[in-house]
Amino acid sequence: MNDFFLIAIVVMVFLLIFQIAKASEYVSVLKGEEKSRKQTNRINGFFLIAFLIFGLIGAWWCNHLYYGKTLFPQGSASLEGENIDTMLWISIAVCGVVFLITQVLLFWFSFKYQESDTRKAFYFTHNNKLELLWTGVPAIVLTVLVVFGLKYWFKFTGDAPKDSQVIEITGHQFDWEFRYPGKDGVLGKKNYKLTDAANRNPLGVDWADDASHDDIHVGHIMHAVVGKPIKLVINSQDVIHDVGLPHFRMKMDAVPGIPTTLWFTPKWTTEEMKVRTGNTNFVYEISCDQICGKGHFSMKGIIIIESQQEFDKWIAGEKPEYYKAFPDRDPNRGPVPKTDSTSTAVKPVAMATK
Amino acid sequence: MSNEAILHDHQTGTHDLGHAHEHHHHETFITKYVFSQDHKMIAKQFLITGMVWAIIGGLFSVIFRLQLGYPESTFPWLEDFLGHWAKGGKLDPEFYYSLVTMHGTVLVFFVLTAGLSGTFSNFLIPLQVGARDMASPFLNMLSYWFFFTASVVMMASLFVQTGPASGGWTIYPPLSALGEASEGSKIGMDLWLISMSLFIINALLGGLNYITTVLNMRTKGMSMTRMPLTMWAFFFTAILGVLSFPVLLSGSILLLFDRNLGTSFYLSDIVINGKILPNEGGSPILFQHLFWFLGHPEVYIIILPAMGIASEVMSINSRKPIFGYMAMVGSLFAITALAFVVWAHHMFVTGLNPFLGSFFVLLTLLIAVPSAIKVFNWLTTLWRGNIRFSPGMLFAIGFVSLFISGGLTGVFLGNSALDIHLHDTYFIIAHFHIVMGVAGMFGMFAGLYHWFPKMYGRYLNNTLAYIHFWVTMVGSYLIFWPMHYEGLAGMPRRYYDFTNWESFKMFAGLNQFISFVSIIVFAAQLLFVFNFFYSIFKGRKVTTLNPWGAASLEWSTPIRPGHGNWPGEIPEVHRWAYDYGKDGRDFIPQTEPVGEDESKH
Repeated sequence: MNDFFLIAIVVMVFLLIFQIAKASEYVSVLKGEEKSRKQTNRINGFFLIAFLIFGLIGAWWCNHLYYGKTLFPQGSASLEGENIDTMLWISIAVCGVVFLITQVLLFWFSFKYQESDTRKAFYFTHNNKLELLWTGVPAIVLTVLVVFGLKYWFKFTGDAPKDSQVIEITGHQFDWEFRYPGKDGVLGKKNYKLTDAANRNPLGVDWADDASHDDIHVGHIMHAVVGKPIKLVINSQDVIHDVGLPHFRMKMDAVPGIPTTLWFTPKWTTEEMKVRTGNTNFVYEISCDQICGKGHFSMKGIIIIESQQEFDKWIAGEKPEYYKAFPDRDPNRGPVPKTDSTSTAVKPVAMATK
Repeated sequence: MSNEAILHDHQTGTHDLGHAHEHHHHETFITKYVFSQDHKMIAKQFLITGMVWAIIGGLFSVIFRLQLGYPESTFPWLEDFLGHWAKGGKLDPEFYYSLVTMHGTVLVFFVLTAGLSGTFSNFLIPLQVGARDMASPFLNMLSYWFFFTASVVMMASLFVQTGPASGGWTIYPPLSALGEASEGSKIGMDLWLISMSLFIINALLGGLNYITTVLNMRTKGMSMTRMPLTMWAFFFTAILGVLSFPVLLSGSILLLFDRNLGTSFYLSDIVINGKILPNEGGSPILFQHLFWFLGHPEVYIIILPAMGIASEVMSINSRKPIFGYMAMVGSLFAITALAFVVWAHHMFVTGLNPFLGSFFVLLTLLIAVPSAIKVFNWLTTLWRGNIRFSPGMLFAIGFVSLFISGGLTGVFLGNSALDIHLHDTYFIIAHFHIVMGVAGMFGMFAGLYHWFPKMYGRYLNNTLAYIHFWVTMVGSYLIFWPMHYEGLAGMPRRYYDFTNWESFKMFAGLNQFISFVSIIVFAAQLLFVFNFFYSIFKGRKVTTLNPWGAASLEWSTPIRPGHGNWPGEIPEVHRWAYDYGKDGRDFIPQTEPVGEDESKH
């Protein structure tokens, strides 16, 4: 019944608008087309300048409301991301000036040069000097933006520092898995044809490679050390995903068959960010930024940035995956096997944030 | 005397080439309205089909905006329409992605390519260059019917059990290649690919015709540099389409092979649902290259016609020549040329070689130069004009405003360093909707309001037109401007629900506001549709040959031109199309010989 009334009201509004429109057309015919055209011309000219003024106020107000909700007041959580913020401010400054000048001129000219009986349009076909000016100036300004942009671009797309913590991240519908290289610092080889989730090998690790024996596998939640560069080796098992790290200003696709990399240096621990943002629930989230199927919007990973001590303590408590897959080969095998907490099962978010 | 009669009266007198068309005039309903070979009727067919798609595509966005704005609510009436896609009035995530995909596909290809360039290239090219019809009216008819068939197939995909394609309008494999990966990648995806292949044939047939007509069928005296800017815009648009659409066709066919014939062009090392696929050695990135080699020129295929229309409408209504005609042509050319060498800026975060990426940064930002030239030339066209705010003119001004706003954010995204942060967030949604989507629609509306009298011999209702303009103008900015802020917060696009994200859930109120405004803007478009169809039959009749006082050739035809356009001989052209306000005269039509004492420019 409610829906019915809603439809009825919409139809009534449409009819009302239509009747007004019809009536005003008759009026304008009666008044004389020339006269009514001049009248609507003045009204629209006024609207255009009003649109400019209220538009600029609206833009200011929008900024007032939402600037605080963007990531910029809290600053980049990675050292490399600071460059991106700088680049953003440069772009905002340059484009902001151009935006203001051109929009003001557009609406101001429209208003000022609206039809009037006293003015004749100025026959002005071209002016080489003017045109050279607005070819040259944008070209120079853009060169500056390109130079800055590429400087930063090469900086963080270059090789990761040698002392980086290497972590492999693998995406699949719809979660993330992590692999740490263990004490030898080398990740064991993989072959997707060895994938066998039923026998504790969902990532397709080649157990014949000795380097894989100390690798630590965790699901959903990644731990890393503050101030130490992290190099992510990014894989996908099924479709294209994307490791989106908004707080660190980083992003890289996960492409099946073609591993990609991404590195950054976290500046603040998760606990520090809780203070900085004033949000006690703050977590570094990995958002999947490439559409990957119906669960795309829920494909979340968590990063816990912590001090070296906290990290060491955490990783000491994690058993290499090899020994979980083959408990009988574990030299430290106790009487009671440790309960599994690091498999592919998804942990609730609340736990991750402690 | 009817136009048909005028045509027949002159049949014995004229002997030009186009004359052959004038003999088969005993038209039936089928040859006049269905399998018509008259470019004006084909234009109307493209337009109306495009409008139907625009309503459907727009409605899709309203439905998914409901989910985004009101994620906690249910809408029981949705179940009545969508059945198992909206059980209990709650949109299914899979179908949400189908809606997003179809909204993109339909608006980009069926509305803003076929509806915009298909309509106005067909309608205006013969009329403005002075030709009786297209170079090949038959191919032109075929072009429309390929579009129609593509439409039927795409429409059919909405009704299959597993739903239409749902991998985004860019259909990146492996998601689009594997039925196991998503429901929409089952039969719906095959239908999408077949429909798009048919669509590409339509675009090629149309484009070849446009190019040939512009090059070969111009009337006496109509040198290339005397053509209105609309002609240049459609000409370059057609070249873009002819050179880039085949690449998407090949990409689509390879994808069909991967889906159905077990090839591995795009597939490698995949484990899906625990099943190990045998495909090795393919590259999903290859598809992205093929897709964007069309996909990027495609956005210029959309925006160039809008630019041409805005230039024309602005000059006429400012009663002033377009400023810097040659620079306008030059910048159209520069945009066309650059359009082919910037595609990889969509792929900065795919693991693309950073050194290669840097060239794409440079070339992408170069496009800002011709774009800036165009903007400043439009501004100078307004300067010291005597402006009439016809509805077409308002939309042209709105187009320039949107083009500036959306174009400037392109400078952010084209810069790879910034793109890393902004890629696939709401920032990019705001960017391309403003600069391509809404600006493209504004160009289309400017053209429709301006040439409706030529199409149907009647006017659209002005009051409805002004309401339509102001609601759309204000609404577009209200919808898309705040999205930049969501993007700067890293909020990803194509998310069904943000409520579980600590990083993005603070925009719930804003999302609701945007959804609310988009419903109102959609309603305003329905007002336009109503105005359009009502005015075809009941609109105020056009009583003068040249209601806007325009100099170009199409206004020298009868009020309702028949097939063949000019009853007598095609007029000869003596000057460019922009002699407004020259030597104290309001305007001088192109057909008027240059006077001896006329000033030179």
